[in-house]
Amino acid sequence: MDPRGFFELNTWYRGLYLTLDNVLPSWMSYFIAGFAVMFAIVNAMMLLATLYIWFERRALGRFQVRQGPNRWGPFGLLQPIADALKILGKEDIVPHGADRWVFNIAPIVMFFPVPMIVAVLPIAKNVAITDINVGLLFVVAITGFSTLAIFMAGWASGNRYALFGAARAVAMLISYEIPLIITLGSIALLSGSLAMGTIVATQNVPYLLVQPLAFVIFMMAISAEMNRSPFDIVEAESELIAGYHTEYSGMKFGMFMLAEFAAVIVASGLATTIFLQGWRWPFLPSAIWFLLKMGMFVFLFLWIRATIPRLRVDQILAFAWKFLLPLSVVSLFATALEVFFLREPDGSLTTNTLWIMSGINFGLAIVALVGWANVLGHRRYNPAPRIASMYRDGPLGSRPVEVQ
Amino acid sequence: MATRTEPITVNIGPQHPSTHGVFRMRVTFDGEDILNVEPVFGYLHRGSEKLAEERNYTQVITLTDRLDYVASQTNNQAYCIAVEKLAGIQPTERGMYLRVIAAELQRIASHLVATGFLLQDLGAFATPLMYCFRERERILEMFEMLCGARITVSYMRPGGVFQDAPEDFWPALTTFLEDMPGYLDELDMLLTGNEIIVGRTFDVGVLKPEIAINGSVSGPILRSTGVRWDIRKADPYDIYDRIEFDVPIGTRGDNWDRYKVRLEEMRQSLRIVEQCVAQIPEGPARAEVPFVFRPPAGAEAYGRVEAPKGELGFYLVSDGTIAPYRCKIRSPSMINLSVLSDILVGYKLADLIVTFGSTDINMGEVDR
Amino acid sequence: MYGMGIVKGMSVTLRNLFRTPVTVNYPEERMPQHSRFRGEEFVWYEERCTGCASCAKYCPLGIIKIETSPSGEFPQEGDSYKIDTFDIDIGRCMFCGFCVEACPYDALFMGSGFERGRYRRDSLVITIDELKAAEKHPSTWFRPQLEQRRYDPFEGKSLEWQEVGRRYLGQTMHGPAGPTYEYQLETPGALETPSQSPELSGHDEEYGEEEE
Repeated sequence: MDPRGFFELNTWYRGLYLTLDNVLPSWMSYFIAGFAVMFAIVNAMMLLATLYIWFERRALGRFQVRQGPNRWGPFGLLQPIADALKILGKEDIVPHGADRWVFNIAPIVMFFPVPMIVAVLPIAKNVAITDINVGLLFVVAITGFSTLAIFMAGWASGNRYALFGAARAVAMLISYEIPLIITLGSIALLSGSLAMGTIVATQNVPYLLVQPLAFVIFMMAISAEMNRSPFDIVEAESELIAGYHTEYSGMKFGMFMLAEFAAVIVASGLATTIFLQGWRWPFLPSAIWFLLKMGMFVFLFLWIRATIPRLRVDQILAFAWKFLLPLSVVSLFATALEVFFLREPDGSLTTNTLWIMSGINFGLAIVALVGWANVLGHRRYNPAPRIASMYRDGPLGSRPVEVQ
Repeated sequence: MATRTEPITVNIGPQHPSTHGVFRMRVTFDGEDILNVEPVFGYLHRGSEKLAEERNYTQVITLTDRLDYVASQTNNQAYCIAVEKLAGIQPTERGMYLRVIAAELQRIASHLVATGFLLQDLGAFATPLMYCFRERERILEMFEMLCGARITVSYMRPGGVFQDAPEDFWPALTTFLEDMPGYLDELDMLLTGNEIIVGRTFDVGVLKPEIAINGSVSGPILRSTGVRWDIRKADPYDIYDRIEFDVPIGTRGDNWDRYKVRLEEMRQSLRIVEQCVAQIPEGPARAEVPFVFRPPAGAEAYGRVEAPKGELGFYLVSDGTIAPYRCKIRSPSMINLSVLSDILVGYKLADLIVTFGSTDINMGEVDR
Repeated sequence: MYGMGIVKGMSVTLRNLFRTPVTVNYPEERMPQHSRFRGEEFVWYEERCTGCASCAKYCPLGIIKIETSPSGEFPQEGDSYKIDTFDIDIGRCMFCGFCVEACPYDALFMGSGFERGRYRRDSLVITIDELKAAEKHPSTWFRPQLEQRRYDPFEGKSLEWQEVGRRYLGQTMHGPAGPTYEYQLETPGALETPSQSPELSGHDEEYGEEEE
């Protein structure tokens, strides 16, 4: 057996299947082996989500020149466990005017899209829980569920401010799904297929370089889909109107929070697969590469959250419809033209072609971003106030000298 | 059937994470537009003015510390100037210089709080807040060196300051003065060009100069509207007439200008402190004033300073006894609150908290 | 270009990521305190105290309770006070230090700690026995004679009553300032008590009575 293959997950799967096949009927060994792999991958993702909770608090602390949690366990690694125990210990209150069934189901609906998206991500070489041939479409369809869950939570709370907050959140989420889908469409054009495995396989040049405009739009759209800064009006404490999860307490609230943190992990995984070649690269086992690249995206999301204040709701919607949507259409159109003219007779794209497209697309991205921002009239402001130097005989008497 | 909307009144209660203290606003809004704002305060009323009648002139200093608890040196300074006018006490030179150093350092600390919390309200998730507080820690540590306490300092007395600065204060101050401009530049870089902050604070919460003057607004809020008024220049007290400094004046009167005026004021405060450190003479730090003294009966005096939040004034009436007959506190935050409806009406609900934060109200002063 | 401001902001945040955190992990680490810190426990020298109760009179909150009785020790010279009760209620104290400013005999000093948390409000009253038995690490607040000697209440030794006065009695003191010599006040006029001031002497009939 190839020693590198020892670390490849599909080797384990096949080994398990073949071992069991000697003993059990074939369908049962297939089922058990498959279940074992699925269990391992989904749990690994959830473990990563809890690790991400720890990482976020420590890293945010470091960005803010302070230490993060450091009491529980070495470096505070057991902090997510402490958080989970705390959440489990809280009283579960269902408000009087709430719609009980919807209220109880909303957290579950919020959470389950996350493992479902994990199902189609290619974690390592030849490893994915399933590599359906409409992978991207599946991802897009599943992200719609979280929008539904938010509205369910807001509606079922029986609190009109939660409903207002949920309605605003839903407006934001659906407006950002459209640029997201269009950029994913341009990615699908490049690889010629919607299957995630094929996207990784045909990505000889990372699509980050080939499609910078699509990358930028994707990052912003997926930030909004995850309700992260700068689009986190949904959960802002300093906003007047309460968020959709105001009436939730105990583990239901914990599910919302877990879904949000796990969404970051999953979105990073998605971004890695689509834009950074997934698990491909030499030397290390492919799962490790996947984790490293995912870590880079996770760090990027965290960095943005630590720095940038949040936008107002009308600014968020204006940003989606006026800025991102036309740019995503431009990106799709340009990609379509390039693919049409530059493809090989059998429909694929060679590496050289990809590099040429990368060059064209970079230029296009810069022109589009800068040009469109100017067309929309992004504010030309002069930030400095006048510094008036007021002399001793009083400001009202003498003429002050104004220094620009 | 046409939809009918009607305005709703919401209570942003005394307990709210962003109201900078116990402050209540009854806001009427229609959809997202604010129609009316009615401030309700008094939740922190402690009866400072009445308590001041029961204590002698020097003991009232401890009461004044707790008015604007974020910036207590300038509270002390205002009171001491009022008492000096009342009783005819002349402070010593060194005392006045130390007062100005303390007051300007306090101005920097207070503006750091204001800036940090403004950005926190904008949603920058505590990062600029932590940076501002890191620098404020250094100032508070210097106050601990100087006065023995960090926040409620009771440093000044009528006649100067209570004690001279210790030896390790001057090196610490010099280090601080060297580091701070670089830090302010970093804060500037982090925040000023940020398009999101610009987008959220530009032309939001505009205050017109006529309304500001009519409402007796003072401080950075007034200066951001374009009115040139700073008590340190207009009616100099202590040694401000010997120091060269500029006063930043804004142009538009919106949140952005208020934020920027405060940032520039911090730089000018550093300049003032540098000049004070260079010019400070030797001598006693305090005039020979006993702890208990009686000003002439029937004397009245109004002493005012440019506190970080505006014009803080004390109006003292004496009846010849050891305690003031009446101590009236003109607090800038309460007067600045009167224009709250003018700067909020017509704007969006999402701007309410940010605009309110930019007016830098401190409830200790409002309620006294 | 649109977005450059945000990118610059992010570079600042990144730079701060690599700075050492300023967190002080209390209680394992402590923040450095300065010698002038107005701390919680008070330092009282029984040998210097005359029971004049100026501290009680100056206190803005009136939390010092002093009960004295004639000591019977020096009847020829007019006798002196024996102090029966000296209670300071630090549940109400605001640590302004006016009592220390008041004491003409340098008998009362501010302490330097801040960790006197108790479970009951009445256990926050410091009684005379606690004051007598406590370790004497006075803060240098309003005591320039200690400051001139660079006394540090946290590192330095416990001071005896002979060493803390304005004009101390010629005893050798350990520390960097060296051997015996006399001190005068740095600013002679600033700390005069009311009775020494020529014109304005305070009659304190309006508040702050001590019980005798």
